[in-house]
Amino acid sequence: MRTALSPLTLRQPRSLAHALRLLRDEGPLTPLAGCTDVFVGLNFGTLGDRRFLNLWPLDQLRGIERRAGVLRIGALTTYTEIIASAVVGRHLPMLVAASREIGAVQVQNRGTLGGNIANGSPAGDTLPVLAAAEALVELRSADWTRKVPFTAFYTGYRVSVRRSDELVTAIEFPEVAGAQWFRKVGTRAAQSISKVVMAGVRAARPRIALGSVAPTVVRVPRTEEALAAGATIAEAQAILQEEIHPIDDIRSTASYRRRVAANLLAQFWNGSD
Amino acid sequence: MIRSVGRNVSRKDGAEKVDGTARYVDDLSRPGMLHARTIRSTIPCGDIARVRLDFDTTGFTIVGAGDIPGRNLVSLILEDQPCLAEARVRHAAEPVLLLAHEDRERLIGAAVTIDYRPHTPVFDPAQSPTVFKSVTIARGDLDEGFRRADVIVEGEYRTGHQEHLYIEPNGMLAVPEHGGVTVYGSLQCPYYVHKALCVLLGLPADRVRVVQAETGGGFGGKEEYPSMIAGHACLLALKSGRPVKLIYDRTEDMLATTKRHPSVVRHRTGVTRDGRLVAMDIDVLMDGGAYCTLSPVVLSRGCLHATGPYRCDHVRVNGRVVMTNTPPNGAFRGFGAPQTLFAADVHMERIAETLGMDPVRIREINALRPGDTTATGQVLGPDAAALDVLRAAVSRSDFRRKRRAWRGTHKGIGLSLFFHGAGFTGSGEVKLQSKASLELTPTGVRVLAASTDIGQGQRTVHAQIVADALGLPYDAVVVAAPDTAAVPDSGPTVASRTTMVVGGLLKRCAEEMRERLGRLTPKAYLKTHGPLVITKAYEPPPGLVWDDDTYRGSAYGAYGWACDCIEVEHDPVTSEVRPTRVTTAQEIGKAIFPLGARGQIEGGTAQGLGYALLEEVVLRDGAMANAQLTNYIVPTTLDTPPMDVVLVEKPYAHGPYGAKGVGEMPFDGVAPAVVNAIRSLGFDVRDVPATPERIMEAPPIGTGDSRLRPVAERRASARQAGLGIREARRTKRPRTTPSARARRKAVRS
Amino acid sequence: MKRPAFRPIVLTVNGARTAVRVPPMKRLLDVLREDCGLTGTKEGCGEGECGACTVILDGRAVNACLIPIGQAAGARVTTIEGLKGRHRLQAAFANLGGAQCGICTPGMILAAVALGPRPTLAQVRTGLAGNICRCTGYEGIYRAIAAARTARSRKAAASSQKLDARSRTSAEGRKQPKSRLPAEAPRAKAGVPSPESRPSTVLGAALSVSKGRVPPLDRARGGPERVEGPKAPSRSRS
Repeated sequence: MRTALSPLTLRQPRSLAHALRLLRDEGPLTPLAGCTDVFVGLNFGTLGDRRFLNLWPLDQLRGIERRAGVLRIGALTTYTEIIASAVVGRHLPMLVAASREIGAVQVQNRGTLGGNIANGSPAGDTLPVLAAAEALVELRSADWTRKVPFTAFYTGYRVSVRRSDELVTAIEFPEVAGAQWFRKVGTRAAQSISKVVMAGVRAARPRIALGSVAPTVVRVPRTEEALAAGATIAEAQAILQEEIHPIDDIRSTASYRRRVAANLLAQFWNGSD
Repeated sequence: MIRSVGRNVSRKDGAEKVDGTARYVDDLSRPGMLHARTIRSTIPCGDIARVRLDFDTTGFTIVGAGDIPGRNLVSLILEDQPCLAEARVRHAAEPVLLLAHEDRERLIGAAVTIDYRPHTPVFDPAQSPTVFKSVTIARGDLDEGFRRADVIVEGEYRTGHQEHLYIEPNGMLAVPEHGGVTVYGSLQCPYYVHKALCVLLGLPADRVRVVQAETGGGFGGKEEYPSMIAGHACLLALKSGRPVKLIYDRTEDMLATTKRHPSVVRHRTGVTRDGRLVAMDIDVLMDGGAYCTLSPVVLSRGCLHATGPYRCDHVRVNGRVVMTNTPPNGAFRGFGAPQTLFAADVHMERIAETLGMDPVRIREINALRPGDTTATGQVLGPDAAALDVLRAAVSRSDFRRKRRAWRGTHKGIGLSLFFHGAGFTGSGEVKLQSKASLELTPTGVRVLAASTDIGQGQRTVHAQIVADALGLPYDAVVVAAPDTAAVPDSGPTVASRTTMVVGGLLKRCAEEMRERLGRLTPKAYLKTHGPLVITKAYEPPPGLVWDDDTYRGSAYGAYGWACDCIEVEHDPVTSEVRPTRVTTAQEIGKAIFPLGARGQIEGGTAQGLGYALLEEVVLRDGAMANAQLTNYIVPTTLDTPPMDVVLVEKPYAHGPYGAKGVGEMPFDGVAPAVVNAIRSLGFDVRDVPATPERIMEAPPIGTGDSRLRPVAERRASARQAGLGIREARRTKRPRTTPSARARRKAVRS
Repeated sequence: MKRPAFRPIVLTVNGARTAVRVPPMKRLLDVLREDCGLTGTKEGCGEGECGACTVILDGRAVNACLIPIGQAAGARVTTIEGLKGRHRLQAAFANLGGAQCGICTPGMILAAVALGPRPTLAQVRTGLAGNICRCTGYEGIYRAIAAARTARSRKAAASSQKLDARSRTSAEGRKQPKSRLPAEAPRAKAGVPSPESRPSTVLGAALSVSKGRVPPLDRARGGPERVEGPKAPSRSRS
């Protein structure tokens, strides 16, 4: 542990409303959900935040329900809860697939969907699912509630439109028309950060989103259009290369990521799993 | 009375390990204890210009090179490694300054700035100007051998660093007491630490005491490194007058401690058309890192295994281990042999590919047999078991049928044949002069040995050997904690020697004790005669002769033999290769504790799978850039396949109950078998780790560098020699001697 | 030494109500080890990757290195000590090769406990993927879990067959090599034959999984001796 933990403060809000007031009036406060990312940063001494807000007891931020075709998942819903949910399994199986690939059981028991979003890593495994599903992110402050299309949520590397006095409170998914597809290519079979991760919806107008190939999760609209217009896989793969920007890093190489992304596209579109 | 040798007894330390009461060093404490932190260099090479302490030093104990009471070095083979860098640093993460404080958080906040005058580092071993050690092994006449060859196959094979990743990081607790110091720690070799501390602290032997705490894995990573960290803890303890606990976190452990030596091994091999090895010219280059540590011995073992378990009349092995400005490399399970055995058996596979020969057949033809002579001139005994394990593994895995059936699919199966010399190389055991003792107790006997249980089951195996040799129940044997104040120097817990050599000493102690006891129970004996302690010292087996200067003779008392058949599946979408099954036959003389032997084989195999496919140390500016568990990838339950283990026993006459060693051998053959499986899919892979990125870039097999001397060329040279083709061939083929005939017969059977 | 007054955080540890006055962002791992004196939970990485710090919190396996104590108020936590050495998994791990160096073992056993009583091998692999063992290659762990499972209930034999069959695959029921040599481990005999006179032996069945019976934890005489001195007094339960 490379951060001194004694000086860190952890505010304990009594309710969601209280939490939002604290964020507004006593910031900066870093919201803490499952801590599976925050504590790693504290451990390595790379996280400079010193004042935290405990969201964990706020049951208002939990719950999975479907109403009028919209699937609503509370921000504090854990991956374990998503995996176990029959509703999610029936209507958003690609989210279940993504949740199964995150960390392992211990991380799934604590990691939350809201945390994955707020953390904003380009390798976040659920993020391509949210992008392909065209989810809405519900943000609340002490004074308002707003919903932001997920595809407009990130503005840059780990930068989002969330204000420091807002919390991600829920994610809403409209009905997804088409066969859902998800694949993560990681450094090993479990407990791995992805090298390339892709979610897709096979429909006449397909939706394809990728992670770990750009500073944020990306949709690839030109590739989608090409496939919708009847392009061959080879043509679509070529366009895909123009829409992704992978890099060399300690886990993998840009060229590997490009080839795999192209292969995943083919696997997705050809319907083979 | 029920014997315990060969039986799956209850592990001596099982209960503590499963109920949470086993005490590892970080579980220990002392009143008034300080915590510690090491300040390390951030550049790979240069002079230290200035060290600035930019923090409030109240309450801190600070130790630099100038505080060292004895000699500033970590005593090992060559006296080149300082315990604390003084004027210059030779690698990133080299220790420069030590801090201790009661409050861990003050330690975290201590800002130390070091100003350097950097020099140009050497990172490429091939460019290094400093050779720690070179070794040459020669037999026969290489030119003559190549003249007999129909085909010459060349190749270069590379292996990278590997991090031990024991789940318990390094740690020490040093307690100043009795005019000296006692140190408890995670370690494999209490007497190595003891010797190093006496030199560093300038203390006599009886003022330094080293005690092994329960140790959460070692694999060689806690063979020599503990001398460094113990030195640091002791320096702080002596200066402050208080107990000091120094525990590395995972990142520091990965950054700063030893790794497996990377290697580049080149083979140039002459074979006859029917697959016999006639000339082996091997070049071994190993990267030792910044300081010598154990590199000479790693190189030595690597060279002694470089031919693989194969016979060849004309051999030359040239090896050297060199300095680079990276953290020093050190002992790691296999200790040089995995690197050279990898090259040997992937090369053998390429020879088979070149000749269009069955990979099993070519190994059968060339495998060493009882009575054969190794490259150093050692005649193998009846316990040589290469063919036994080859046939066992091949048949059990259904290798040949799978190989045929899977051609052209995404499934592959690969084979490796390997061996591992047990005990220290050559005259090493004689030099160690290990001792072990048995002490009679009212209820039985106490084992006094410096061997450490690091998970492999040493306590259990030693107790089994002693119980049977004494004729006492297993429960009557107690194993003392390895404490230099209480046990003799049995040598280090390394080199697959703990059962064979130290167990052998204990067996001799027990046999003498049994004679002395006669019919008396321990209690009765003690009452009548008083205390009884029997000590035995190492005696080499008769006829074991080794010359360090010429590198000739019997390199090891005994070899274990093994064969791995490993199945993989390739995913064309991602280029990932997943191991799907391991079948292995391993001959270890005698499985004293079969459960333990199986555990070593399964664990060593998993570690080998990581080495082959997943584990890569990424260096940037000479420092490990992926020093986190997130980024250094070891196998989980989802990365390891089912393992089918066959234990074969061909007793070794000079091992206790026939036992040889088993700790390291299982690791050695995994990487070549995996790569050979990948090769069976058509990918020309010659390096490990065979990551998906590398497999994706690998050329197809057939574009490599094996030279089949074209028939036209041979005809031409024969004409030049004034001979017709038939005559040329006749002069090339060796005369049929009785032994050659016998060999051909054996090969056909 | 100045000691800031932190509000007490109350949780249940191994069934005992425990109140600690520590900084709220102190890791649950360190609270257990230092303030509760329960050193059975280990730190292997600090980044939630190795699982050595696994405890069961409100019925679920979690990494204690990633939980601030301030989030554990009111939680029920079980550490390895809470099993009191009496869980059948503990005896199985100790006796069937589930533990070698032991450092991953507490976390591994708790993760296995969290799998429930009758996991299939596939569920075991998935459920333990967050617990890294460097010693066993995991096979001994599967054998231990299989044995503990069959020890619980003969009725479960049908569903446990898959796991048992795989764990016995190593020798029994598999094609034996073509050899005249015995496939089973040699039975213990009185007197030890001299090494030279014994032929090569193939130990196909070097291990048989005890069906329905897991030997109890052996704490009797003969356990390893330790030299370590006292632990620091736990700065405890206030």
